[in-house]
Amino acid sequence: MGLIGLVVVEENCTGCGVCETTCPFGAIQVIDGVAKVLDNCTLCGTCVDACPFEALIMKSGEKKEIADKTAYKGIMTYAEVDEGQLSHVALEMLSVGRDLADKRGTSLSALLIGGEGVKEHAEKLIKHGADRVFVIEHKELSHFNDELYAEAAVKLINDKKPEIFIGGATAQGRALLPRISATIKTGLTADCTELTIDPETGNLMQTRPAFGGNIMATILTPDNRPQIATIRPRVMKVSSEDPDRKGEVEIFPYSPDASRILKVIKKAIVMEEDKVNLQDAEIIVSGGRGVGGKEGFSVIYSLAKELGAAVGASRAAVDAGWIPYAHQVGQTGTTVSPKLYIAAGISGAIQHQVGMRSSDVIIAINTDPDAPIFDIATYGFVADLHKIIPSLLAEIKKLKS
Amino acid sequence: MNIFVCIKQVPDTTEVKWDFERGTLIREGVQSIVNPFDLYAVEEALRIREKTGKGKVIAITMGPPQAKDALRDVISMGVDDGILISDRAFAGSDTLATSYTLYKAIEKLGEPWIIFAGKQAMDGDTGQVGPELAAWLGFPQITYVRKINEISEQSIVVERLTDYGYDIVESKLPVVLTVVKEINEPRLPSLRGKIKARKFEPTVLASRDLNVEEENVGLQGSPTKVHRVFSPPKREGGEKFEGEIADLSLILSEKLKVLGII
Repeated sequence: MGLIGLVVVEENCTGCGVCETTCPFGAIQVIDGVAKVLDNCTLCGTCVDACPFEALIMKSGEKKEIADKTAYKGIMTYAEVDEGQLSHVALEMLSVGRDLADKRGTSLSALLIGGEGVKEHAEKLIKHGADRVFVIEHKELSHFNDELYAEAAVKLINDKKPEIFIGGATAQGRALLPRISATIKTGLTADCTELTIDPETGNLMQTRPAFGGNIMATILTPDNRPQIATIRPRVMKVSSEDPDRKGEVEIFPYSPDASRILKVIKKAIVMEEDKVNLQDAEIIVSGGRGVGGKEGFSVIYSLAKELGAAVGASRAAVDAGWIPYAHQVGQTGTTVSPKLYIAAGISGAIQHQVGMRSSDVIIAINTDPDAPIFDIATYGFVADLHKIIPSLLAEIKKLKS
Repeated sequence: MNIFVCIKQVPDTTEVKWDFERGTLIREGVQSIVNPFDLYAVEEALRIREKTGKGKVIAITMGPPQAKDALRDVISMGVDDGILISDRAFAGSDTLATSYTLYKAIEKLGEPWIIFAGKQAMDGDTGQVGPELAAWLGFPQITYVRKINEISEQSIVVERLTDYGYDIVESKLPVVLTVVKEINEPRLPSLRGKIKARKFEPTVLASRDLNVEEENVGLQGSPTKVHRVFSPPKREGGEKFEGEIADLSLILSEKLKVLGII
């Protein structure tokens, strides 16, 4: 193995320092008039492009080309099913997948895995853009079991060889897709907010936030297939259903080897009453320290119910024990991007902002006119949430009658 | 019986800001910390050792030499031993190469009982290393664990957070668990722990110490490549309203009407 990684061509380096100011990671420094690469270099290549003297080169080593990249064709989406219900994200994947397939001039398939009867969702997937639906049905697959789902999916992917495989960055998707990609030994890019095809190379360009949302990175999987990505829920719009669309349904045989079942889902608890699925919500009403207590959340719940919204919370409210952790939005909670996010009594610390700032519209309610949440809010209301929300509810009631 | 905890040293990303004029990250004075999610994993590992009286808690991290500070931080919490996987050959590792290298280290250290990881790291936010490590090891995985209900030498029963509520899952051991914040409240370092940490020098494992295939580590073993890094779209505040509650709620309902919400 030769020297690989970022190499400084010392005779070209003038010590100008452009690389030092360009590096997003502070991983290159001019020491004694020559650029020196530090250990925290991520080999992102930003400095290579910036260097005016061609003094930086990226040596990628002898690349082991995969045997037949061209053998991989078509786009495949993962149609997530949760406890028998087809997820919203499954339809979002089809709208992205359709767009990619059309750009690439190829076909779109969907993979449906579940217990007996899961096949019933296939028609809906076709009406939302799939040309073909592969169904893997088995009674051992009625609950999401990581190892079995991954084994089934890997078997199908190795057989059908799609060039791109995408799924939602949900609790299930973020457990399953890494298990699949590591088994196949290909690349996976998590939680993407944008996917496009590079017109020159045909590679999938996967863009995602990193560093707590402080930077965006575009990631490629140039030499391995399939290219696998998870996509943040609610970022992609669902295209409308076409009742006349036709497609094929293919049952793919899979039966788990009983000796390899190391884990069982004993019980799946579906919270109907207080459904927390924040990532799937179009509207979220969140409460923070300003809510004042456990009882105070009733006003948040009332507004959420009126708007058909999910209930979120800031870390302060969760840590105070006013509401369970599953509701927490932000750095140590869930990242969301709904159409509308209402932040009530939330000051808007950076840790909260990174979890919600990609929402389409943000409405903030806070008594403190200097609260940082107002810096990112589309509409800010300097008011006590306990006064303005009841007043708003009365207003809505009036409008309805 | 070893309880492995995979930890990562990360920059405190809440301190990092984007300089829109220069198009770079402002990192001045940004400290390196143990990824906050990993502390819940460390705490749960310690609790299992205390509750069962079994298992040696070993923290593993992969990174540059200074990552040993992260190991010292968790030694001060009561972790028994710390392993630093460090070699220039591992630079540029994506999650696949990282999980492969961790797998090789665990294989070398041996006797895995439970392997813990945090839900995700706050710098990369991928959450992939845990499940990928489980795949390399061929062990079952349970992600987003919020509670451990039962544990024995051979099996474990846990609750995992899902998008619809939670699941009760029983698994044979060894298993890879990734944990969420809800699971516990990480302890603060003890005085004795701090003294131990000050003197602690981790075992360093380099490429030659691990039975790794070169094509699977570092840049070569990483199928994903960073193509471009750029600033996120700047979000500006919009209109701000102050005044009487009755007027404000009227404006608010108007806004909701325009948005098609009501």
